[in-house]
Amino acid sequence: MAMLELNDVHAYYGNIHALKGISIDVSEGEIVTLIGANGAGKTTTLKTISGLLRPRQGEVSFEGEELTEFPAHEIVYKGIAMVPEGRGIFSKLTVVENLEMGAYSRSDKDGISSDLDRVFTLFPRLQERRRQVAGTLSGGEQQMLATARALMARPRLLLMDEPSMGLAPVLVESVFETIQEIKDEGTTILLVEQNAHMALQVADRGYVLQTGEIVLKDSAQGLRDNAEVQKAYLGMQ
Amino acid sequence: MNNQIGPNWRTIVRFGLIGGVVALYLSVIGMVEAFSARNLIGTFITLAQILIFGGPFVAGYLTAREFKDKPRTTIILCGLAAGAMASIFQVMLILIAHAVDLRFMFVSISPGLMEILTFGQGQYLGSLILAALSAVMGAIGAGYFLLPGTISRTLTSAVVVTLGVGLFSENVNQILSSNWLSLIGGRSVARLLIQQKSLNPIVALVLFLAVGGLTYWRATRAKAQVESDDESPATGRQKRFRTVMLIIAIGALLGLPWIVGRFLSQVLFMVGLYIMMGLGLNIVVGYAGLLDLGYVAFFAFGAYTMGVITSASPLGLTNLNFWIALPICAIVGVLTGFVLGVPVLRMRGDYLAIVTLGFGEIIRILALSDWLAPFIGGAQGILHIPYPSIAGFQFKTPEWMYYLVIIGSLLAGFLTIRLRESRLGRQWMAMREDEDVAEAMGINLVQTKLLAFAIGAAFSALAGGIFAARLGTIFPHTFNLLWSINALSLIIVGGMGSIPGVMVGALILVGLPELLREFQEYRLLMYGILLVVMMLVKPEGFVPAARRQQELRAHAKESAVGTAAD
Ligand SMILES: Nc1ncnc2c1ncn2[C@@H]1O[C@H](COP(=O)(O)OP(=O)(O)O)[C@@H](O)[C@H]1O
Ligand SMILES: [Mg+2]
Repeated sequence: MAMLELNDVHAYYGNIHALKGISIDVSEGEIVTLIGANGAGKTTTLKTISGLLRPRQGEVSFEGEELTEFPAHEIVYKGIAMVPEGRGIFSKLTVVENLEMGAYSRSDKDGISSDLDRVFTLFPRLQERRRQVAGTLSGGEQQMLATARALMARPRLLLMDEPSMGLAPVLVESVFETIQEIKDEGTTILLVEQNAHMALQVADRGYVLQTGEIVLKDSAQGLRDNAEVQKAYLGMQ
Repeated sequence: MNNQIGPNWRTIVRFGLIGGVVALYLSVIGMVEAFSARNLIGTFITLAQILIFGGPFVAGYLTAREFKDKPRTTIILCGLAAGAMASIFQVMLILIAHAVDLRFMFVSISPGLMEILTFGQGQYLGSLILAALSAVMGAIGAGYFLLPGTISRTLTSAVVVTLGVGLFSENVNQILSSNWLSLIGGRSVARLLIQQKSLNPIVALVLFLAVGGLTYWRATRAKAQVESDDESPATGRQKRFRTVMLIIAIGALLGLPWIVGRFLSQVLFMVGLYIMMGLGLNIVVGYAGLLDLGYVAFFAFGAYTMGVITSASPLGLTNLNFWIALPICAIVGVLTGFVLGVPVLRMRGDYLAIVTLGFGEIIRILALSDWLAPFIGGAQGILHIPYPSIAGFQFKTPEWMYYLVIIGSLLAGFLTIRLRESRLGRQWMAMREDEDVAEAMGINLVQTKLLAFAIGAAFSALAGGIFAARLGTIFPHTFNLLWSINALSLIIVGGMGSIPGVMVGALILVGLPELLREFQEYRLLMYGILLVVMMLVKPEGFVPAARRQQELRAHAKESAVGTAAD
């Protein structure tokens, strides 16, 4: 049974029909990527999973439990954390304070402090800058912080919304290396990306979202070889 | 070369005209004349002159800043030109007002104003003098820009302190000739310092030199210390010094009402009341980021609760005394904070501001209504609210009530610090920065918002209860929008989210206007000017919270993760 299952989910912003009945499943230990152009509904999909947006129709279940009945602030307690779009760090708090906020849902002091060490090993840059106010970090460091903060919740499922957005190519590489490392440590990842090229290299499977509908689903290899995908998302002729 | 001169002149004209418009405006609305009665030093420097020449000075300064790469003489000459330019509107005013009677439209363009603007020399010679002096002020403004940092800072503090003492010489006089200070010769000291309700020119000069010298000495010493770069040896002594200073500060705080006398005690009482309100609103706006413009509602709830519980009039429900009623005021504050918070939970930003603004007015109108009049007196308000008393001793005078607000402010300050460091404080700050992300972290926004409203309301209601007991009578009209505006402005001026900022803001926005009676009529105008200038020059406020945060960071080094989980 899949860890996360979206079944025929419809979501609206007022009258705008943003998700038109999408079905997605993610199994434990996988990286699944959701690729699509700007405005396709990728962020909206993540919002319906994390409870920030309520689907008008359809089910979202996590480890067999229906999520749509829970308010957004309880979703993280189920084991789902999010790296928000545009990083969404708390820019006036310090790096450490941001990480502490990430562990807000937990109360095991020892576990938190060992996880703090863990994310600092993953991102040594953050350790150097632990007292710095987050708003003064560079774009790449802010992305690291957003990811590290989500990990501090010790999620079983990590939702990542365009982690490579606005980063220099060198940094993009390292973001995807990190994603691989996080997976290797046993965290399941649903990765939303516009950078299909990189996303399909790291992912096991993928979905292609177009104006609120899933138009393709396949293994990452299958999508890479797909002529449509190559033309529309990988920039090949 | 030629095409360089064009824009140069335009800059001078632009800044000159801006300065001129400001000066003209202040004259036409009557501020210049109203302030001319306030002598600062001797009888020759009045507050009016600062208004008249402030424009040219600033014009000169801004022009100089624009031309900072030019040779010095050019800069000074440009300043001179801008200063002269800035007087042009006033000169026009003088000449036109002489020819035509403008008073049917502008009541404030009076013969008195003309007398001030022309220095009593008639319209032609007077205009000339005004233009010449403005030009000189412009040049001084430009010269001020050219001074090296240390010297200009020295001059600024010397001028500000001297003029400040001059401005408040009446209050200094009051203090010196009050009660026991007059016994030890305060009155004769006052006679020496103060003449014609303003500072004795010789004393002013001495003060100017003393302050200037002190500032200069400290500035150079600080520089020397930075250069020598040793900081270790004095820590023990510094600690002792700090303790001594703290004891002195507490002593001063306790003795203050008996030194400054009744009138200033009343002013301090109001400042303290606003500190309590400001700290409460700071939680709502500064920490939680919820812009509440109806904050006076909770103050009114507190005051009316105190009235209804303790009043000796038929409206009074119980015989409970002040000390029991006060915590009830706080509880009522918490409850009303919850109740008024629920409907606005889903609102953000501007919408929240408008709706809370409406709430504030609704509460006032309800208090005024006939419907509630049988319980809270309608327009007649509630009378005969007893003073607080302990074992028969009544807190009748402002001197004693002062202690009450000091305790209240300290309590509010203590709670604010504790809350800021708590898990709840973190929740507020996370929510302020990004509601969605905060929610995704697991923060219950409903609970977090309601707690901010409720705690902020409790502070305000406490202040309201004390206020009611001080006045003895309360009317719906008292609780107008101005309270909310004052409380919000003082937070902005002091520095959003900063506790010392609230204190400084309250002193500036509540204390100063009480001391300067002439200001009363122009109070809102001054607020507006101050807020605009603050936004342009120092948007983080006088005492920004960031520095405090740095301290916290240094402090957090030891307890790195310890606070994460509690
Ligand atoms: N808060 C909102 N209000 C109204 N429409 C929205 C809102 N957020 C997104 N949309 C619309 O929903 C659609 C999907 O948006 P989104 O999920 O953000 O796309 P993506 O993340 O794939 O770029 C777009 O047409 C967008 O304009
Ligand atoms: Mg998006």
